[in-house]
Amino acid sequence: MGDTASPKTLLSQGDYPSSSANGIRNASNNVNQNDFAGPTINIEQSTPDRSPNEEQPSREGTPPPLPPRPKNIQLLDGRPQTSGSLRPSRQSLQSKATTQLSLADTRSYTDESREDIPPSTLRQKSYSSLGLNRSGGEEEDSASIRSSAPTIEVGGYAESMLGEVLGEQEKTIFKTLADSQFDRLSGHSDIFPEDPEFEEAFEHEFDEVDTIKADGSNEEAVMNQWRSKLKHFLILSSAGKPIYSRHGDDQLITNYIGVVQTIISFYQGANDELRGFTAGDVRFVVMSKGPLNLVAITRLGESDSQLRAQLDALYMQILSTLTLPSMERMFANRASYDLRRPLQGTEILLSALADGFTRGSPSTLLSALECLKLRKSHRQTINATLLKSRSPNLLYGLVVASGKLVSVVRPKKHSLHPGDLHLIFNMLFEAGSVKAGGGENWIPLCLPGFNNTGYLYMYVSFINLDNPSEQVEERPASSSGVQDEVAVLLISANKEEFFELRQMRNDLVEQLQKNGSIELIRSAVKKGRPACTEIVPGSPLRHFLYKSRGNVQFTMPSWEPYFNTALDRRRLLNMYHTLHSHLHTRPTHLKIHHSTSTTNITLAWTTPLFELYCVAPVTTSRAALAQAANKVIQWVRREEERVFIIGGAVF
Amino acid sequence: MADPGAASAPKPSSSVKLVLLGEAAVGKSSLVMRFVNNDFQENKEPTIGAAFLTQKCNLPTRTIKFEIWDTAGQERFASLAPMYYRNAQAALVVYDITKASSLIKAQHWVAELQRQASPGIVIALVGNKFDLASTTAPSDATSNGDDADATEEQDEEGAETDARKVPTKTAKAYADEEGLLFFETSAKTGMNVTEVFTAIANAIPETSLKGSRGVGGQTSLGRQEDSARVNLTSGRDAAGPNGGCAC
Repeated sequence: MGDTASPKTLLSQGDYPSSSANGIRNASNNVNQNDFAGPTINIEQSTPDRSPNEEQPSREGTPPPLPPRPKNIQLLDGRPQTSGSLRPSRQSLQSKATTQLSLADTRSYTDESREDIPPSTLRQKSYSSLGLNRSGGEEEDSASIRSSAPTIEVGGYAESMLGEVLGEQEKTIFKTLADSQFDRLSGHSDIFPEDPEFEEAFEHEFDEVDTIKADGSNEEAVMNQWRSKLKHFLILSSAGKPIYSRHGDDQLITNYIGVVQTIISFYQGANDELRGFTAGDVRFVVMSKGPLNLVAITRLGESDSQLRAQLDALYMQILSTLTLPSMERMFANRASYDLRRPLQGTEILLSALADGFTRGSPSTLLSALECLKLRKSHRQTINATLLKSRSPNLLYGLVVASGKLVSVVRPKKHSLHPGDLHLIFNMLFEAGSVKAGGGENWIPLCLPGFNNTGYLYMYVSFINLDNPSEQVEERPASSSGVQDEVAVLLISANKEEFFELRQMRNDLVEQLQKNGSIELIRSAVKKGRPACTEIVPGSPLRHFLYKSRGNVQFTMPSWEPYFNTALDRRRLLNMYHTLHSHLHTRPTHLKIHHSTSTTNITLAWTTPLFELYCVAPVTTSRAALAQAANKVIQWVRREEERVFIIGGAVF
Repeated sequence: MADPGAASAPKPSSSVKLVLLGEAAVGKSSLVMRFVNNDFQENKEPTIGAAFLTQKCNLPTRTIKFEIWDTAGQERFASLAPMYYRNAQAALVVYDITKASSLIKAQHWVAELQRQASPGIVIALVGNKFDLASTTAPSDATSNGDDADATEEQDEEGAETDARKVPTKTAKAYADEEGLLFFETSAKTGMNVTEVFTAIANAIPETSLKGSRGVGGQTSLGRQEDSARVNLTSGRDAAGPNGGCAC
């Protein structure tokens, strides 16, 4: 599967259904050079042209200019020096920035049975609170610049007053706004509207559902607990046997499994595969994979394709335990086979994945991996050390720090698959079963992206950063130490090579210690992700996601200081999910999506080379947002070889 | 890791390869964690594959360095077990005294070891979770007594109404018959844990201890040098897992 990967591609695409086309993989050197060559967003200051025909497709090439902007925004004057100096003339691209918000986008909501977004919690109360009237279409498409023009005009003038200080004295702005409805006590979480119901539900999302007492006295209460979960995952066999449910025990879910199975088989009987349906504010997505039916039930407002990616990851986890042929064999012998038996002990892995999705995972959303930010030369040293200590039976070697890749060594012909790595990271850093045991581990696993028919063997050892020559014998029982954990993963196709790989690990760690790399990794881990304001001083952005499509990797700033709690992050991810589905709605493809609500202003931007999603408080002007986005692009361009692993060590 | 017995230079030091076998969730990893880290974790997550740990055990006359293979108990890993018990000098076969079926599984493991492991292997039968049977923990006992057949298997010696399903006598009789070391332990309280390992260390015949093994020369998984090696560097063989998978 990975054979098509050229040496330069560290990660291969195509693990997730959404990225099945390998066509975009131009893994040659060009990617690196081109990655940033093109795009810069410009918001033009031009006279308004509000003629009705601006929405007609024929105008696609010559875009409608944006609504009038106050001329006195200082940032606007300053902006051309940054992006403009880089690429002086960019008329065609400028137009792109505004055209792509066309009617086609709105229309697409109605076809493809909600491949995108159900009404998201984000916007539900957005506009009324400001008393701004917006023309139709806002329900589904708050994004269209055209349709939201009135809002922006009003907001725009408010911004122009702020524009003078924006970016330089952000804090003053908060003070200025202290009385406004946007600013709540914390002054932090103000980019999302309040939604007490969601907060309440999310708080209890990960609580265990009680078991029903023998006398059934608490049945009602337990059912309510179960129903109040925001998200469910059910896996059942095509014969209707329960295999996995995130919430609730067998007794509780049997009925539901029965109902789901009936619905699914009803459609299967009609040769009309059921893909999803909606009940109230709950979306059901069904995925049938051979002998398995996987069902995602969500109230989080994710799109169908996003849910499919999540179900696919669960499916891959099952394959990773059993391999495809052996699972098929089990069902071939007996259709009513109880798959829970061979899967025994892996419920925690499935649940860790599921909870990751419920908490919100940028990695799954983007089908990409995150790397530890390191200087290029430092990473090269680590790569070289990996190559030097490589033992003959090694297939893949990885150094991973708290779920972020540090370095990779791989055969020339094989890329790594983000989906596979996600499973491994989930096992090591989320489920905790491996690290809790201490010592070294030798784990048979199938990497379905690499080859779903057989097992590989993975040597895992966690490095004690303070005393690298020692194995980590003892580790905190809680998962609080997760942030600092660095693991060496050595994967072989040969199940007997534990001691060979163990020797390699010892050599590797010794060398890394000698050449100072351990220390570098340690300080990089301690440092964490940079904040937005470190990346672009004075940036109004609260957060962003940047995915390099060529490298299948993403980078983002720290959650802190604005997204400190799981709830804040979930709401941020809700927003990213919304933006993501807007960009990836078929059949149309948006290039740029911009939306404002009463509480935030967002931008999603895709080119063949990258995807960028960012959010700023609503007090930010669009120009400032665009400028900030451009600066992020410039930053990534500058830091590309630090935030991404390009190629990795190849043998 | 790489300093076998360096501190105890005067005493002879030797490595002993030990493997833990037994049904899932009987407490194999917890026993090891108690022995190696003197630590206990409630509701430990299942082991995946196998974990390799080392711990020294000081005897009056020598130091034994245990190289411990803590294997996963789930059935799907059973086919990998030979890899771990091959060349092992000692085995801990663990069952859960509150679960009768786990003793049956333990007996299967003992039989397999006697049939296929090295002839001189020292086997200890260990009944874990003694704390659940102890009279000092009656609350635990009641919460686990949901099986109807609980009462029939009660040992008259312990008239306690606890969660114990496997009488000490039964297991002891079996162990004696097969010539196994026998202990009841509690990884939770630490009861008898070190004693098991010390007893094993003492039971290893002097002759099977080959002195100190250097780093890299540890008892291996049984690899035959280079005979079955797949050279991944040659590229084509990297597809090895297709055919090279033994499961």
